[in-house]
Amino acid sequence: MAAVQGGMVDEKEEVDIKTEPQSDGLMNTNATDGRQLSPSPSSSSSAGSTKSAAGAPEDQQTLLAVLQFLRKNKLTESVEILRREAGLPEDALDTKGADCSAPSSGGTAGGVDGLDAGSLLSRVAVSSSAGTPAPTKAVADDQPDVSVVLSAYSQQGDPALYKVYYSDLKKFIESVLDCHRAELSQVFYPLFVHMYLELVYNNHESEAKAFFEKFSGDQECYYEDDLRVLSSLTKKEHMRGNETLLDFRTSKFVLRISRDSYQLLKRHLQERQNNQIWNIIQEHLYIDIFDGMPRSKSQIDAMSGSLAGEAKREANKAKVYYGLLKEPEIEVPLDDEDEEAENEEGKPKKKKPKKDSMGSKSKKQDPNAPLQNRIPLPELKDSDKLDKIMYMKESTKRIRLGRENLPSICFYTFLNAYQGLTAVDFTDDSSLIAGGFADSTVRVWSVTPKKLRKVKSAADLNLIDKESDDVLERIMDEKTASESKILYGHSGPVYGISFSPDRNYLLSCSEDGTVRLWSLLTFTCLVGYKGHNYPVWDTQFSPYGYYFVSGGHDRVARLWATDHYQPLRIFAGHLADVTCTRFHPNSNYVVTGSSDRTIRLWDVLTGNCVRIFTGHKGPIHTLAFSPNGKFLASGATDGRVLLWDIGHGLMVSELKGHTDTVYALRFSRDGEILASGSMDNTVRLWDAAKAFDDLETDDFTAATGHIHLQDNSQELLLGTYMSKSTPVVHLHFTRRNLLLAAGSYAA
Amino acid sequence: MAEREERRFAQVSRESVALMAESAGVELGEEMAAVLAEDVCYRLREAAQSCSQFMKHAKRKKLTVEDFNRALRWSNVEAVCGYGAQDALPFRSGKEGELFFVDDREINLIELALATNIPKGCAETMVRVNVAYLDGKGGVELQGAVPTAVQSLSDDLLKYYQQITRAILGDDPHLMKVKSVSHDLEQLNRLLHMVRSLVQNPYLYLGSYVRSLVSSVMYCILEPLAASINPLNDHWTLRDYAALLLSNIFWTHGDLVSGLYHQILLSLQKVLSDPVRPLCSHYGAVVGLHALGWKAVEKVLFPHLPAYWANLQAVLDDYSVSNAQVKADGHKVYGAILVAVERLLKMKALSLSHPGEWCFNAQTGSLAAAVGYSSPGLSPPPESLSEAAFGIASHLQAGSGGCPWEEWAPVSLPAMYLELYSFFGDSLAVRFSTGPGLDSPPYCPSALLREPKKEALGQGSNSDTARKMPQLTANLSISPRRDGSPRTDPPPPSLAAAGPGRSLPRSSSAQRSRYSSSRSAQRLTGLPRDVFPKARFASPQNGPPTFSFVIGGRQMGQRCQGRRPFQTVFAPTPPPAAVPPRAYAHKLPVIGRVGKPVRRWTCSHYSLLLPL
Repeated sequence: MAAVQGGMVDEKEEVDIKTEPQSDGLMNTNATDGRQLSPSPSSSSSAGSTKSAAGAPEDQQTLLAVLQFLRKNKLTESVEILRREAGLPEDALDTKGADCSAPSSGGTAGGVDGLDAGSLLSRVAVSSSAGTPAPTKAVADDQPDVSVVLSAYSQQGDPALYKVYYSDLKKFIESVLDCHRAELSQVFYPLFVHMYLELVYNNHESEAKAFFEKFSGDQECYYEDDLRVLSSLTKKEHMRGNETLLDFRTSKFVLRISRDSYQLLKRHLQERQNNQIWNIIQEHLYIDIFDGMPRSKSQIDAMSGSLAGEAKREANKAKVYYGLLKEPEIEVPLDDEDEEAENEEGKPKKKKPKKDSMGSKSKKQDPNAPLQNRIPLPELKDSDKLDKIMYMKESTKRIRLGRENLPSICFYTFLNAYQGLTAVDFTDDSSLIAGGFADSTVRVWSVTPKKLRKVKSAADLNLIDKESDDVLERIMDEKTASESKILYGHSGPVYGISFSPDRNYLLSCSEDGTVRLWSLLTFTCLVGYKGHNYPVWDTQFSPYGYYFVSGGHDRVARLWATDHYQPLRIFAGHLADVTCTRFHPNSNYVVTGSSDRTIRLWDVLTGNCVRIFTGHKGPIHTLAFSPNGKFLASGATDGRVLLWDIGHGLMVSELKGHTDTVYALRFSRDGEILASGSMDNTVRLWDAAKAFDDLETDDFTAATGHIHLQDNSQELLLGTYMSKSTPVVHLHFTRRNLLLAAGSYAA
Repeated sequence: MAEREERRFAQVSRESVALMAESAGVELGEEMAAVLAEDVCYRLREAAQSCSQFMKHAKRKKLTVEDFNRALRWSNVEAVCGYGAQDALPFRSGKEGELFFVDDREINLIELALATNIPKGCAETMVRVNVAYLDGKGGVELQGAVPTAVQSLSDDLLKYYQQITRAILGDDPHLMKVKSVSHDLEQLNRLLHMVRSLVQNPYLYLGSYVRSLVSSVMYCILEPLAASINPLNDHWTLRDYAALLLSNIFWTHGDLVSGLYHQILLSLQKVLSDPVRPLCSHYGAVVGLHALGWKAVEKVLFPHLPAYWANLQAVLDDYSVSNAQVKADGHKVYGAILVAVERLLKMKALSLSHPGEWCFNAQTGSLAAAVGYSSPGLSPPPESLSEAAFGIASHLQAGSGGCPWEEWAPVSLPAMYLELYSFFGDSLAVRFSTGPGLDSPPYCPSALLREPKKEALGQGSNSDTARKMPQLTANLSISPRRDGSPRTDPPPPSLAAAGPGRSLPRSSSAQRSRYSSSRSAQRLTGLPRDVFPKARFASPQNGPPTFSFVIGGRQMGQRCQGRRPFQTVFAPTPPPAAVPPRAYAHKLPVIGRVGKPVRRWTCSHYSLLLPL
C-alpha cells in the first residue's frame, strides 16, 4: 500500500543523501561515482573474487592493505618481500588494483587508486588509534570497489563495524550501574533499527542480515512485530514502499532518560569516539532528559512499546479541559426530580458526597470544563429535549453499580452472520442495534417491540394533515414496518458504525474509503463523505451530534460536520493507521488510537495534539472515556486495558487478564465499572472506581511523568464472563446500567 | 546465517520464477530470476503483513483470501481470482517430490445443474438476545446446569460451591458441566480429584447430587476422549482412577445410589457390547465393571465375553502397521479383562468357600487391597479400593433384592473357570496357580482350611508353594482353588496336575535357551527355575511342549512393588480337538507377535514387555 506521505518522505531522503557526502569533501565525488558505477560489468565480474576474499581471514586483508600502502609509497622491494613471506599470489594486488581503477576515469587510474587507498588508510590509522580493531575490515570489504566502501564509509561508516559498535555499546551498558542500565537499555532498540536500516539503505544486504541475526534477539519482546517487518526488509527499494519504516527513519524516536544516565552514555561514546552511534543518537533519537532518579525497568516497560518511543513530556503539558459541559436547563414536567434531572450525571438517589469525585457536576461551572461555546454545538431541538427528559427519568431507575453490585449482562448474539460481523453499535437508549458486515451491508434491528418504519413517500406525505398532533406518527408508513432493515451502499466491509444521539442518523465507514450517513427515517444513504481514500477503520458521532470523526489507513483522523462534504479538521501525527476514534463527552476533544501503538488526544478547536499516551504493545483497537471525562480506557491487541488520566497525561492503571485483542470497552453510566470485551470470548468487569480512587492517594508528580503502577489487575477484576463461542465486539450500558454485549457466534 | 534468516519466510525459488517467466514467454537470465525471486518474496511478505490488518479490523482470527485480495488491491496489484472460499482450503503435498497443491475437488457440472435438491439459502442474519449473566454474587449463569441447584444453597455451601468450581475450572466458574470441561485430561483429572474429595467429605451430605457426580465419573470412564487419540496422553490412568472413584462412591454412598447400580451396569454393558466404540471405551467399561466388584464382572462381563472376545481377537491378530495403535489399546483391554476375570474367580472361590462372607471381611479386605493394587494402572491408595470393592459386593448382596437381576443364573465356578480358561489359556491359569508365597503365610492355612475340596489336591498346591512367582502374594490365598475345579474335567493339557517331574526340566531348559532375557528379571524375584509353573502341569501324555511367556510389567525385576509381571504359558501347538474349550487359547501367542506359534517361537527370545 502506498503511503500518502510517501512522496514527501522520499524527497527528504534524497536531500539527506545529497547533503551528507558534501561534508566529506574530496572523497564524496568518488563515492557517488562508485555507487553509480558499481553495477557495471567490470565490477560485477570481480564480485566473485570479492566474496572469496571477504571470507578469508582478516590477516590477509590486513596484508593486502599494507601491500597497497607500500606500493603507493613506491617501496617495491618491501612489496616483493612481504608478498613472498605472506605467500600471496603475484597478481593479488594487481588485479584488484586494475579492477579498482576500472570504474574511475581513464588514464589517471593509478593516481585515483593511490588516493583512494591513501585516504582509506589514513582513516585506518585514525580509527586504530581510537582502539577499535575493526578498520582492517574496511579494507577487507570489497577491495576492488573501494569507492563503494568509501561512500558507505563517508556517509554511514563501515558496515562491518556496525556490529562492533553495537556490541561495544552493549558491553558498556551491561557494565553500568543497575540503576542506569534499565534506562540506557532503551537506546538499544532504536539504535538497532536505525543501524539496520542504514545498512539496508546503503545496500549492505549481507551485513544487515548478519547484524540483524546477531542482535535481534536482544530486543524487548514487545517489538517482535516490528522486528518481523524489519527482517523482511533487506533492500533499499523495499524501504521506499514501506511508509511505516520510512516514518521511523524520519521521525525521532523519543526516549526519556535521567540526566545522570545520559551523561554516562555521552561520556562513554565520546571516550570511545564512537561517532557512528553518536550520530544516530543525534540525528534520529530525541532524548528527553529529566533531572532526578533514573527510572526502573518496570517503569520504563510500562511506558515503552510504541513505534516512536515514549511521548515527550512537553507533548502532554498542554491544558486539557476534560470537564463536562453544563447541561441546558430543561423544564421537566415531572415530579420533584428537577434537581437531579438537570445534570446529565444526575444520581437517582441523593448521594451528594460521592457525586463530585465521580465528576457529575453541580450547577456551577466545572473549572476543568471548556467554555460552553468553545466549539459551536447544535441547538437542542424539541425532540432532543424530550429525549433528555426520558433519559433523566430512566436514570432515576438506574442501578448503582459497584464492587458489591455487578451488572447483569445481556448478550446480543448475531446468528447466521456468515458474511462476517465487523462492527456493532447501540443507540444510547438501547432501542436500536446496528451491525456492519464484511459483505458491505449495514443492518439495523429494533430491539424493542416497536418496529422500524420508513417515512411515507413524498406523494403520500402531501396527503396527511400537517396540523394534527400525531403528525410524527402519521408520516410513517405502516406497510414498511419490519424488525430489521438492510442498508446497501458500501463497496467494502463496514468497519465502523455509529448512531447519532438523536437516533435519526447512522454513520458507517468502510474499506471503500468512504464514510456514509444514513437516515433512519427513510433508510437511505444521505451523504457519502470521501476524503480518506483508504480504508476507514472507525467513525463516531459526537455526543452532541452534528460532528463526527473518522480515522483510517491514511494515518490521519478527520473531523467532519454532517453538512460539510469536506473535513473540518485533519488530525495528522500518527505514524501508522488510525484504528479507532472516539469523542470526548464534552465534544471538545477527539481521541485516536493507532497501530503505531500510541493514543493521541486532539483538540477539536485547534486541531492540535494535546496528549500522547504510550504504553500499549500492540495496535489499539478500542477506546472509551469515563462518563466524567477525566479518564480514558484503551484496549489493544496485546490483551491489556490501560487507564489514563487525561488531565495529568499519565497512565493510571494496567488491567491484565484478557488473552486476546480487546475490541470493546465501556464504562458504566456512573463510571464505577469498566467492562471490556475481547476476542477471547469473555467480558470482564473491572473496578474502575477503585482504580481511580487509588490514584488520587498516590503521590506521583505530574511533572516527571513517572508512574508507579502496582500490579493490581487481579484486585480490580470483578468478574470474568464467558460466552460460549462468541467474541465480544461491542459493549453498551443501558441507561439503567444493564450491560449489553454483542458479537456474532463463531461456529 | 543469512540463509537461516531467509528461511523464516515463504520463499519463491528462482526456478519457479524462471518457470513462470517461461510460461509467459519471457526468457530470464539466472541472475534476473534470482533478483526477481527475491523481490517477489518481499512483496509477498509485505502483502501478508498488510492483509493481516484487514483481518484484525474484521475482528476475525482467520486470515481469508478476501483479506489478501484487499491488501493486493490497495497496493495496486491485481487480485487473485478464484479462491474465495470461506473455509481454509486444504493444502496438500504430493507424494512424489516437493509438490504442494490445493486439493481441488472435481465437480460434475451436469449433476450440479440437474440436481433437484436445491439447497436453501442460508438463514437470515438475525440478532438473538439472552440474559447471559444475572448479577449478584459473581454472576451466576442461568443457562448452565448448576444454578438451579445452587440457588437453594445456604451461604456456607455456596461458598463451598464456589471454591469447588474454582478449583475444578480455574477461572471459568460457569463451566460446571463435565462435558464442557471437554477433553482436557488435566482438567478431567482435577475434576475427578475434586469429586473424590467431595465424596470423602464426611460433613457433606450429597443427597441426590451423588447421581450427577456418578454421571461425571462415568463420563471419564467411558468417553472416547479426543485426547485418547494421541497415545502419549495417559487417559488410561484417568479411566482407572475414575473407576476407582466409582467404586469409592458406591462404597461410601451405597444408600444414595442404589438405584443407579443397575443403571450403570446396563450402560457399561451397552458400551461393551457396542463394537463401534473405541477400545478405550471398552477398557473403561471393563475397569468400571471391575471396580463395581466381582459380582458385576460375573453378571456383565463374563456372559458377554464370548461375543466380545472375537472382536478383541480380531484386533490383536492384525499386525498391520496402521493397526499398531489399536492393537496396543487392545492389549490394554485384554489386560483389564484378565485382571477383572481373575479377581472374579478368586472372589467367587472365596465366597463359595465361605458362605459367611462377612466374617472374613478384614482379611479379604486386605486381600482385595492387594488385588486392587495389582490391577494395572490403579495408582491411588489401595485401601480405598479394597473397601470399595468389598463394599460394592456387599451392597450388591444386600440391595440386590430390588434389582431385576434375579433371573441371572450364576455359573458354577468350575464351569466359569473352564470357559475363562478357554479364552485366556494359561495366562489365566498361571495367575491362578500361583502358589502361596513365602511372604504370605498367614493366608495360606486359612485358605486351605476353608477349602475342603482342596485336600485332594493339597499336594499339588503345596508343591506350588515352593514356586515363587513374581506374582502378588495376595493371590496365594486363593490359589488352591485353581487346582480345584478344572482338574475334574477332561484335563486341559497344560493344566494337568500330574507328573511334574518330566516336564519341568524340559520347560526349564526351554526357558533357559529362549528366555534368557526374561530370566534375568525372574532371577531377581528369587527362584528362577520355578518361574513358569505351568510347565509342571503339562501332562506328559499330551506331548506338546508348552512354552511360557512373561508379560512383564514395567517394574519387572523389582520385588513385589507396583505392577508385577504376570505370566502366560502357551501351548504352541493346538491341543487335540478333543479339548474344545481351548479353542481360543491357541490364539494367544498373538501377544508374542508371532503368527505361527511353533516356528517363530525360536525367534522370540525376548520376554514380551507389554506396559500394562
